[in-house]
Amino acid sequence: MIPTRAHRGWVIALTLLAALVLTLFPLPAWASLLRPEWVMLVLIYWCLALPDRIGIGTAWGMGLLLDAARGTLLGQHALAFALVAYITLKLYARIRRSPLWQQALIVLALVFIEQMLVLWITGMIGQLPWRWSYLLPTFTSMLLWPGVFLVLRHMRRTLRVT
Amino acid sequence: MKPLFARGSYTTLRLLVFALLALALMTLDHRQHRLDSARAALSLLIYPVQYLVDLPFRAGAWMADSLSSRTSLLRENSALRNQALLQSAGLQKLSALENENTSLRELLQTSLRVRGEVRAAELLAVDLDPFRRQIVINKGSLHGVTPGLPLLDANGLMGQVIHVGPVSSIALLITDPSHAVPVQVSRTGLRALALGTGASDRLDLPYIPTDADIQVGDILITSGLGGRFPPDYPVAKVVSVHHDPGQPFASIRAVPTAHLEHSREVLLVLGETGPPVPLPEPAPPAAPQKARPGGDKR
Repeated sequence: MIPTRAHRGWVIALTLLAALVLTLFPLPAWASLLRPEWVMLVLIYWCLALPDRIGIGTAWGMGLLLDAARGTLLGQHALAFALVAYITLKLYARIRRSPLWQQALIVLALVFIEQMLVLWITGMIGQLPWRWSYLLPTFTSMLLWPGVFLVLRHMRRTLRVT
Repeated sequence: MKPLFARGSYTTLRLLVFALLALALMTLDHRQHRLDSARAALSLLIYPVQYLVDLPFRAGAWMADSLSSRTSLLRENSALRNQALLQSAGLQKLSALENENTSLRELLQTSLRVRGEVRAAELLAVDLDPFRRQIVINKGSLHGVTPGLPLLDANGLMGQVIHVGPVSSIALLITDPSHAVPVQVSRTGLRALALGTGASDRLDLPYIPTDADIQVGDILITSGLGGRFPPDYPVAKVVSVHHDPGQPFASIRAVPTAHLEHSREVLLVLGETGPPVPLPEPAPPAAPQKARPGGDKR
């Protein structure tokens, strides 16, 4: 059976757009410190669910878009997202079979890698006074992973995204 | 069932290609600012998303406007009319003063100060990089915005434009940790640098000797040195001066006068910046005696 290529691709695009909106949505300063890495979470989900459709290229493109939206150095998030997508693609079969709480721990590690890479690059170009609060999004991302996973899986199943 | 390893063998290669591409982009963007057109194109792509995010806030403001009662509108209207009357009375005096100032400057043969054109813009309510202090405004190169334009609100200097897209721009606030404004204490003329700290209500003034004349309550204005910001706009107010005898410099904090977190309407100053001036000489106190009416060429 030959898989049709563009099968409900708009659902994936819509979830990524929603993640982008959530990332840009203005929050009070204390809440914005806790803001999870929405785009990263959604990308990790689609890499796990459809590893032959969503991969390094999509992650890289979303990263570049995020760089333009946030006014960071072009390529900074692109690099971090591509690396995390790569790790996810290499391990997807194993991650998919683990229970949700273990997945959350793996997501913690993945988002930590992404955050450290972004912070590292920001630090290298000399724009960053270090604060421990920069690691908070990693933990909120982990806590929100089960929710994101269940919602997106429900969407994927009911809308039959393949 | 799709093949398990559809792309498997190329994954590493793809990562390498994309990582190299990202590194090349970052180097170009950071070192040479060659990517301004790419950034402008991407900003056009992202503008609908930003507009979408901003929409609820716009709608909220519209609702508040259309649902406010007639009496409150009338009250606001009369208050605004009073304010306009007071300000236009002040302006009459100002134009006379400005003329006087210009002729005095001609006598002193110092550079003339031209009032620049000011254009209003609106902020988009979107969050940017949490590590930095930046804002998005709804005017871009199609409206004549160029990188480096100063940004004001009604109370003082806010920052400067750094990235320009066709219909939107990103501006760096004066509180960003990588930002510095050349300022002057308006009371004494003491020059200093106001550095951003990353906190929204704090600027630091380093490198001021402990015996310098600076007090709590002093207003800092732009000095115009460096040619980026026009001179004489209020920037901040000194809130604490701490002299530590063991340190060579005083530690001085100031609060920006502009409402950086609340203003939605901002002003762009077009035209006043001009070419970088070769260090404008502060007029020495003895100058008025030397300069004769009519202007000696010497």
